[in-house]
Amino acid sequence: MSIRISQIDKTYGHKGSGRTRALAPIDLDIRDGELIGLLGPSGSGKTTLLRIVAGLEQADGGTIHFGEREVTQVHVRERRIGFVFQHYALFRHMSVFENVAFGLRALPRRQRPSNGEIRTRVMQLLEMVRLAAFAERYPAQLSGGQQQRVALARALALKPDVLLLDEPFGALDAKVRQELRRWLRHLHEELGFTSLFVTHDQEEALELSDRVVVMSNGRVEQIATPDTLYREPANRFVFEFLGDVNRLEGDVAEGRLTCGNASVSVPGVEPGRRELLLRPHEVHLAERSIPAAHLPVTVASIVPVGAEVRLELEADWLEEPWLASVSHAEFERLGIARGRRLFALPSRLHGFDAAGAQNVALPVG
Amino acid sequence: MIAATLRRQASRRVLPGFGLSLGVTLTFVSLILLLPLTSLVGQLSQLSLSQYWFLISDPRILASYRVTLLAAAVAALFNAAFGLLMAWVLVRYEFPGKRLVDALMDLPFALPTAVAGVTLATLYSSQGWVGRWLETLGLPIAYTWVGIALAMAFTSIPFVVRTVQPILEDLPSEVDEAAVTLGARDGHAFRRVILPHLWPALVTGTGLAFVRSLGEFGAVIFIAGGKPFETEITSLMIFVKLQEYDYAGAAAVASIVLATSLALLLLINLWQGRFIRRLHGGGA
Amino acid sequence: MIRIGDAPGVRRLLIGVALVLTALFLLLPLVAIFAQALMGGIDLYWQNLSDRYTLAAIGLTLLVTLLTVPINLVFGVFLAWLVTRFSFPGRRLLQTLIDIPFAVSPVVAGLVYLLLYGRNGWLGGWLDSYDIQIMFAWPGIVLVTIFVTCPFVARELIPLMQAQGAREEEAAVTLGASGWTIFRRVTLPKIRHALLYGAILTNARAVGEFGAVSVVAGAIRGQTNTLPLQVEQLYQDYNTVGAFTSASLLALLALLTLAAKAALEWRAARRESLA
Ligand SMILES: Nc1ncnc2c1ncn2[C@@H]1O[C@H](COP(=O)(O)OP(=O)(O)OP(=O)(O)O)[C@@H](O)[C@H]1O
Ligand SMILES: [Mg+2]
Repeated sequence: MSIRISQIDKTYGHKGSGRTRALAPIDLDIRDGELIGLLGPSGSGKTTLLRIVAGLEQADGGTIHFGEREVTQVHVRERRIGFVFQHYALFRHMSVFENVAFGLRALPRRQRPSNGEIRTRVMQLLEMVRLAAFAERYPAQLSGGQQQRVALARALALKPDVLLLDEPFGALDAKVRQELRRWLRHLHEELGFTSLFVTHDQEEALELSDRVVVMSNGRVEQIATPDTLYREPANRFVFEFLGDVNRLEGDVAEGRLTCGNASVSVPGVEPGRRELLLRPHEVHLAERSIPAAHLPVTVASIVPVGAEVRLELEADWLEEPWLASVSHAEFERLGIARGRRLFALPSRLHGFDAAGAQNVALPVG
Repeated sequence: MIAATLRRQASRRVLPGFGLSLGVTLTFVSLILLLPLTSLVGQLSQLSLSQYWFLISDPRILASYRVTLLAAAVAALFNAAFGLLMAWVLVRYEFPGKRLVDALMDLPFALPTAVAGVTLATLYSSQGWVGRWLETLGLPIAYTWVGIALAMAFTSIPFVVRTVQPILEDLPSEVDEAAVTLGARDGHAFRRVILPHLWPALVTGTGLAFVRSLGEFGAVIFIAGGKPFETEITSLMIFVKLQEYDYAGAAAVASIVLATSLALLLLINLWQGRFIRRLHGGGA
Repeated sequence: MIRIGDAPGVRRLLIGVALVLTALFLLLPLVAIFAQALMGGIDLYWQNLSDRYTLAAIGLTLLVTLLTVPINLVFGVFLAWLVTRFSFPGRRLLQTLIDIPFAVSPVVAGLVYLLLYGRNGWLGGWLDSYDIQIMFAWPGIVLVTIFVTCPFVARELIPLMQAQGAREEEAAVTLGASGWTIFRRVTLPKIRHALLYGAILTNARAVGEFGAVSVVAGAIRGQTNTLPLQVEQLYQDYNTVGAFTSASLLALLALLTLAAKAALEWRAARRESLA
């Protein structure tokens, strides 16, 4: 089921008392079967958007279509959505089985399956979330991760067209999160519903989503695949929000940026005072400079993190140190140690100004 | 032995005042609560079993048990419904005068029972504002068990409202929302999701209202009228026996009232404990 | 925001029913008390109010209240301190014992005191030989009132002090404060409102206790009549206006109690929303 959101906006609060514009008019097109992540800092309006799609909150204006059907005025009950709450919102007085069966038992008599059918369907769902053995337990007797799986099974019991999840893994520890993420991806592919989930964890959004919607201050900053988002951020906010950032500030003249004794070629960048940004993995290191880049640096600290080594680089032309990440092989090859003098070779530089984004690729091998 | 244990534990206590507060409390409890209660036991111990049985199974007394239980049960059930409604309306809706209505809910605890008694008796007597009107409909209230139930209901109104209200306030909005996103209609969601959450508080409140109604005296006697076998409540029987200086009879009947109330109170506490354990984990 | 029962029809119906029932069950009796009291005009009202026996009843009621409330406040604080700050065998039993006056019919409460202090009672006979009379006199009324109202203060304090824990008091001990200083400077400011609330409830019940008092008072007019007993006696004498005059005083006090309670709750809620 595709979802089309057009010109949805929302302001909380009454006239006079503190009004908050939670959503500026927002447009969003989600294709059938997509898994979309809503990413943004706290208070950016993610939950509000999700709840408006669910029908739990009424928008001030705009329309929402599920496929060809307009649902803007349709009650939550009739929207055929599944909703997973951040804190699970399981019914504490019902067993796991009854929680999952709730939606089926709530159907009008004519559509309601027989008790036998309900049992089969619920056990199937519990099988799927690998909790069949826990059917008779109460929510208070389950771990957080198990409760979240019950919440998922419960939301899926009515075979919704659209699954909405509000920070589904927010309250879980890193390992369980990882596991549940993979498992949600798997479920999504197997069952083929359209999903929209909220997170404020970049890694989670990038790993799980087909496309990511980056929001800030009630606006959509960019909608793109994780790959595009990372390589071609639409603006500075997106670039900075998605990971660590190194800054390079200097004067550009004739396609070359100069900063103290350092300089780098930046073809196509307008002359004048400019600030360019780059990511740690876009910083390569070499023993000598090349014509396109002369950026002398000193290794200030070394932190091995898993498969790579993180370096802090200092130079008198830099206001704050750069971060660089290199592979262990590279680390060995260059014989890196603290105090070693090397040359930085940026593979990409990103500039953002009022006119838009500029991504400069440099010929670095 | 116990004193030694206590002293040993006290020496490990950080905060001061254990000895003093224990002393004051035990003295008070013994003098004000236990000593008078033992006098009841003392009085009863002078009776033989058959005498005791004779006193508590007098037909007029038996009739009073029946009237008291019936009226208290009706009053408690009325309060279960009324209290649930009031708690719901006060927590979930906004309307002009809400603060006033909320404050009024405590009136029956603040108003002396005798005042409630004479007022209800006056209102519902055949010349009263309400009684006159009900009389023409063929519904006499004063001097019937319905009047007794009405007075009992009045004095125990706050129990259900005030036990259910905080639970309903603490119910997170996601509970409603989860039920609705799963397609439940309001009635279904209320019965299957909200009500079970309120159930322990509702039963506790209703139970307390019932216990209170069983012992109610001041509010009831005026509207009851005291027709033997019909509108005599058990508390009144004890009172009457006392006025006739029949202390043994009064003590015997009182022992029944006391035992029933305490047993019910204990039952309510046990039942509550069971529910709380299930909702907070531990024990399948 | 979607909430169950928010459909306008349902909401209006439930609010409507609730308001009608409240008006009928709670507001109407309240109005009736004052209407009946003022039925004979304001002059008669004053005349009834300044009646010798009524004044005596007011005096006795005040005496009983003035003795009961402080005693129960002190006891309530000690009990709450004991059960929330220490653990010892029998703590649960003690808490259960304290609830007995709530469960007991007031007539039974009066009865047990009568059995103890009456002329044929265990203590009564002995006291009688020293010419001390407790039953059918004001000391008896005070005693049963203490019995009936003893749980109120502790009931307010215990949950609060349990929730607050003993951390701050323990900190004060490590700073070398004495017991009294700890209570006055650390504990008391935290429980002030609950204490006041407990006192208000104790006061309301002490003023209005009827069943227990009527057993032990013996109803000697002008000597052992409290206000509620006065209401009953005048009512039985078919002096309706007189009965409701005394009743209106008690109703006024009830309204004050409700207002004080509402004010305390309002302040607590406001402090919470500011925190
Ligand atoms: N019920 C409400 N009443 C008033 N303001 C609200 C309400 N809900 C949200 N807001 C405001 O709307 C804005 C967006 O809130 P929203 O909950 O959508 O943010 P979010 O992106 O989900 O943040 P988080 O990551 O912290 O959950 C915030 O400024 C918030 O304060
Ligand atoms: Mg949120």
